Amino acid sequence: MAEKEQLTDHIVSVLVNNHPGVLSKVTSLITRRGFNIDGISAGNTKQSDMFRLTIVVKGDDRSIEQIQKQLYKIIDVVKVWIITPESKLDREIGLIKIKIPQSLRNEILQMINVFKASIIDAGPEGFIVEITGTSEKIDSFLSLFEHHQIVEVARSGIVAMNRWEKK
Amino acid sequence: MNGARIVVESLKKEGVDTLFCYTGGAVISIFDELHKHGEGITMIQPRHEQGGTHAADGYARSTGKPGVVLVTSGPGATNTITGIATAYMDSTPLVVITGQVSTDKIGTDAFQESDVTGITLPITKANFLVKDVNDLALTIKRAFFLATTGRPGPVVIDIPGDVQKQECKFTYPDDPGLTSYRPKESGHPKQIKSTAKMLSKAKKPLILAGGGVNLSQANDELNSFLNKYNIPVATTLMGHGINPEDVRLFCGFVGMHGTLYANYAIQNADLIIAIGVRFSDRITGDASVFAKNAKLIHVDIDPAEIGKNIPVDLPIVGPAKSVLKELNGADIKGDYSAWIEEIDDYRKKNPLVYEKTGTLKPQYLVELASKIFPEDTIVATDVGQNQMWVGQYYRFRYPKTFLTSGGLGTMGFGLPAAIGAAVGNPDRQVLMFSGDGGFQMNMQELNTIRKYNLKVKMIVMDNSYLGMVRQWQELLFEKRYAGTDMGDNPDFIKLAEVFGIRAVRLEKPEDAERVLKELAECETSMLVHAAIDPNENVLPMVPAGKPLDKVITKF
Ligand SMILES: Cc1ncc(C[n+]2csc(CCOP(=O)(O)OP(=O)(O)O)c2C)c(N)n1
Ligand SMILES: [Mg+2]
Repeated sequence: MAEKEQLTDHIVSVLVNNHPGVLSKVTSLITRRGFNIDGISAGNTKQSDMFRLTIVVKGDDRSIEQIQKQLYKIIDVVKVWIITPESKLDREIGLIKIKIPQSLRNEILQMINVFKASIIDAGPEGFIVEITGTSEKIDSFLSLFEHHQIVEVARSGIVAMNRWEKK
Repeated sequence: MNGARIVVESLKKEGVDTLFCYTGGAVISIFDELHKHGEGITMIQPRHEQGGTHAADGYARSTGKPGVVLVTSGPGATNTITGIATAYMDSTPLVVITGQVSTDKIGTDAFQESDVTGITLPITKANFLVKDVNDLALTIKRAFFLATTGRPGPVVIDIPGDVQKQECKFTYPDDPGLTSYRPKESGHPKQIKSTAKMLSKAKKPLILAGGGVNLSQANDELNSFLNKYNIPVATTLMGHGINPEDVRLFCGFVGMHGTLYANYAIQNADLIIAIGVRFSDRITGDASVFAKNAKLIHVDIDPAEIGKNIPVDLPIVGPAKSVLKELNGADIKGDYSAWIEEIDDYRKKNPLVYEKTGTLKPQYLVELASKIFPEDTIVATDVGQNQMWVGQYYRFRYPKTFLTSGGLGTMGFGLPAAIGAAVGNPDRQVLMFSGDGGFQMNMQELNTIRKYNLKVKMIVMDNSYLGMVRQWQELLFEKRYAGTDMGDNPDFIKLAEVFGIRAVRLEKPEDAERVLKELAECETSMLVHAAIDPNENVLPMVPAGKPLDKVITKF
C-alpha cells in the first residue's frame, strides 16, 4: 500500500435492529478492521425495534468507505450514514462537576451564561453544569477551568446527522 | 415437539442428507432425536471436531451444498474454530450447530460453557444464540439462507440445553424474514455496457477469475464468455477448476507462486476483468504496482471487496453467474490475437520448470497424477509446498475439483477435506496431497476413512521438513532451519496400516508411474508415502510484498 493518508475523525451513524449483541458486533468489526473508536453513543429511534449508533472513528477517506461497506455485512445493520463535514450537524452533552470557591462564583455564572450552559446541581463546594453543543464547544468550556477545579466530567459522545439537502 | 426434535425436522426440511457430528453432554438430546427420527440423514462421526468441520467444508466445496456440523458446548465448540475460520476465509457455506449450557447457567462459567457467539463473531457470516424454542425453526431457516446466499460463509447456531427440551409447535417458515439482508441478484446494466465499451477499446484484456466463480457456479458462463470474445484468462489459486486448463486461453494462476506468464499477463494487460477475487496480498504482491498498466473492472457479490485492497476503475456488484450471462449478450468488438500471441510467446520462453536430478521430484509426482487420475477427480491439498506444487502442476478441468485452504492456509485441512469430498461424492475419485507436517495435524481422521469405508487416495509428500517455512529460511534466514526439521517423523506406512489402510512407500522416480497407477486403480483407500527430494523449493516465487515481476526463479 502507498503512504498512509492523513487520519481524520469521521462520524458514522448506524441504524441497527435491536437484537442481542449487535452493539458488540458493530464495535468489534470496526476495531477488527484496524480503526480506532474515539466515541460512541446509542439511543432509540422512531422505530422501537431499532436504535441508532453514532460512532466517531479515525481513518482515511478510503477506509471510511470500507467501514461503511463492512458494516452493511452485519445482518442487523439496516442503514449506515457517513456524516460529512460539510453537512454535519452534531451535538454532545456534557455534565461537569466543578469546584468553585465562593469568591469566584459570580464570574463563573457569567461564563456559564455565555456558553448557554445551565447549573443543574449546586453544593457548598461547587456546581454541576450541563452543557450542550458541539464537542469543540464543550472542549473550550472545559479549557476555561484549571485542572484541579474540575472534579468529574461525563460526556455523552456525539450524536449527529446530515443536514437537509439545500435545494 | 421439543427443541431437539425441531432441530432434526428442520434439517430434513433443508434437505440435509449428511451431518458431521460429535456428541457430548450439551447435544445428547439432539443425538437422541437423530437416533429416533433421523431417517435420511447420514451421521458422520469424525475423531476430532476440527476434522469434522474441515470434512463438512470439503463436502460443501465439492458438492455445492452447505456442510452441516453438530458438536457439543465448550471444548466441542472451540475445536471447530479453526474449521470455521478456514471456511470463512474461503467463503464456504457451513452451518455449525453447537450445544450450549442451559440459559439459566449462561454467564456463570458453568461446566463446559464457552461464549461461542462471542468467539465466532469475527469468523462467521452470522451467528445466533437461541434462547427461546419458539425462535428455533426460524433461526435454522435463517442460518441456512445466510450460509448459502449472497457471498456464502459459515453460520453458527448455539442452542442451550433447556431450549432443546422445551416444547412448541413445529412449523418451518418459508421466509427467513431478513429485511436488512438483500444480496444483489444482477449487475447494473449501465456497468455491463461500460464493460463492453472498455473491452472493445482494449488491446490487451485479461480475465482474472477467482473462487467466487466456483462458488457462483458460473463456469459455463465464464467459458462461453472467453471463448466467444477470445480473451485470455488467468486464475487465482482458488480459481483452479473454473475452466479447462489445457486450452490456449488459459495462462495459469497468478500470485506469489503463480506462473511467470500469468504474472506477466497481469503486469502487461491494459484491462483486467477480475471476477470473484479478493486481491489478497498473496495474489497482488506489492499492491501499489499490481497490474500497473491496466484499467480494472471488479465483479463481486460482496460490495465490501470492491476497492478494499486495490483501487478499481469500474465496480460491478452482483453474482458472477448473472453478470457473465449479461456480458455474453453484450456487443463487444475487439481483436486480441496479437496479445494472445504475446502471452503464447512469453509462455513458451518461460514455462514452469524443475530440475530433473534423479531424485523423486514432487512436481513430477503431481504431473503424473494429473495424467493418471480421471479428469473429474476431486483433489484436496494441505498447506505448504505440497499445495503450491499441486496448484502449479495439476491440470484441473472441472469446477469444484480443487479443495484447498487458500485464505487461512490451514495445515491439517487436506485429509479431512478429502474425507468430506469422499462422503459427498461416493462415485468419484478423491485424491489428497499432503505434506508430512500437515498430514500429522489431523491424522486421527484416518479412522474415519476406515469407519465409513471411504475411498480416499492419499499422497503424503514427505520431505522431512516443514518445507514451505524451510524454503523461506533458506532464502531469508541463511539456512538456519529453526523449528522446521521433521526428521523424527513416524513411519507413515505403519501408521496407515494401524488404521487398516493399505500403504506403499515410493522413493525412486522410475517407480512413480507404477505406484500412482496402482493408487488410481485401487478399489479401496490407499496411501502413498512419497519420500520426495527434501531440498526442493517452490519456484517461481515473488517474495512477500514485492512487485509481481520481481520474481525469483533460482535459489
Ligand atoms: C496450522 C498451521 N500451523 C502453521 C502453519 C505455518 N506453515 C505454513 S506452511 C508450513 C509447512 C508445512 O509443512 P508440510 O506439511 O510438511 O508441507 P511442505 O511445505 O513440506 O510441503 C507451516 C508450518 C500453518 N500454515 N498452519
Ligand atoms: Mg514437509
